[in-house]
Amino acid sequence: MASNGNGGESFIHPMDQFVVGPIFGGHITPLSVTNSTIWMAISVLAICALTILGTRGRALVPSRVQSIAELLYGFVRQTLHEVAGDEGLKYFPYIFTLFTFILFCNMLGMLPYSFTPTSHIAVTGVMALAVFVSVTVIAFRKHGTHFLMFFWPMEAPGWLRPVLCVIELISYFVRPVSHSVRLGANMLAGHAVLKVFAGLFAMMIAGGLGALAILPLAGMIGLTALEFLVAFIQAYVFMILTCVYLNDALHMH
Amino acid sequence: MASETAGELLHEAAEPHGSGGLPQLDFDTWPSQIFWLAVALIALYQLMSKIALPRISSVLEERADAIADDLDRAEEFKRKAEEAQAAYDRALAEARGKAQAIAAETRAQIQAEVDTEMARADAEISARAAESEKRIREIRDSAMASVEAVATETAGAVIEAVLPDLSDPQAVEAAVKAELG
Repeated sequence: MASNGNGGESFIHPMDQFVVGPIFGGHITPLSVTNSTIWMAISVLAICALTILGTRGRALVPSRVQSIAELLYGFVRQTLHEVAGDEGLKYFPYIFTLFTFILFCNMLGMLPYSFTPTSHIAVTGVMALAVFVSVTVIAFRKHGTHFLMFFWPMEAPGWLRPVLCVIELISYFVRPVSHSVRLGANMLAGHAVLKVFAGLFAMMIAGGLGALAILPLAGMIGLTALEFLVAFIQAYVFMILTCVYLNDALHMH
Repeated sequence: MASETAGELLHEAAEPHGSGGLPQLDFDTWPSQIFWLAVALIALYQLMSKIALPRISSVLEERADAIADDLDRAEEFKRKAEEAQAAYDRALAEARGKAQAIAAETRAQIQAEVDTEMARADAEISARAAESEKRIREIRDSAMASVEAVATETAGAVIEAVLPDLSDPQAVEAAVKAELG
């Protein structure tokens, strides 16, 4: 990825923005406060500012911030209800937490010099695994061993069923992988491409191609808009897939 | 990120982690990331499920209630307005009926007065007619009586002049009476 500019000095390090390091220095331990920790905390605080501070007036005619909090609440609740039905609403706080956390991490990651925790597979992987495990537990708690019939497609002809069962099992266990990689890779790729364009721009300026530098700049502007869209859409996709998995667990198709 | 400058990018070349491939696959950072993610998610879940979501839900519910109340109240007002309209219509119809009754009564009263006046007039007329008739009869009777007297006297005078011997006033009187009766 990195290309060399003048005299072997590297201009573009698109991956450096993803480096996780302890901000107080020293060797990284499991309890180290890192840049990732800071931005997760900022996301949590921003969500609380919106949904707790913003609604403290409990106004009948809402303020602007309260309206946004209510809109967010209604959006998540409606999506969950449409996908997973009335029974799914029991898990609303869980879905709401996941969606707002991912959305705010993604969006705050768009700030210059910030860090995007959701661009790391460790973060998205843990969230996807948490969804996978909790949904599976919910399914077995609700249906008992009957949930295994989920993998045995009754509507298929008899000889096809074992084959489809294997496919169903594989697709079920691949869920957390696709669930996490989709979000992580989207965040990673978008931010890396932005950095590549930024580096290209810097190289062109340094190399005396001032006029041509408008091209990567224009590309960056367009990509930034696209990245905001992706930041929202990936949070939404993560939520809606969680709802779909939850619906499978509750209603077995 | 997007707006980092060329100088910033140059400085980043000195980053110690830059050379080791994808930072995402630097497994040394995983325990810290996972630990703090768990802390963040659990804290956020507690805050959302204990404070934020119940509060927003109650606010939305209160608003829905308030709107429903207002609609109920509007419905009530509408019903009252309709009731008032009905009462007005009823009063109007009543008043109209009463007016008609009064008019009819007055008309009947006037009719009755006219009738009695007419009856009285009729009675007076017939009384006067009867009186006049009586007077006429009296006059005729007295005239008749005068005729009888004159006839008797004349007959007596005639008989005395023609047959003075046979003069009998009583017989003459009887004969005249018989003749006129």
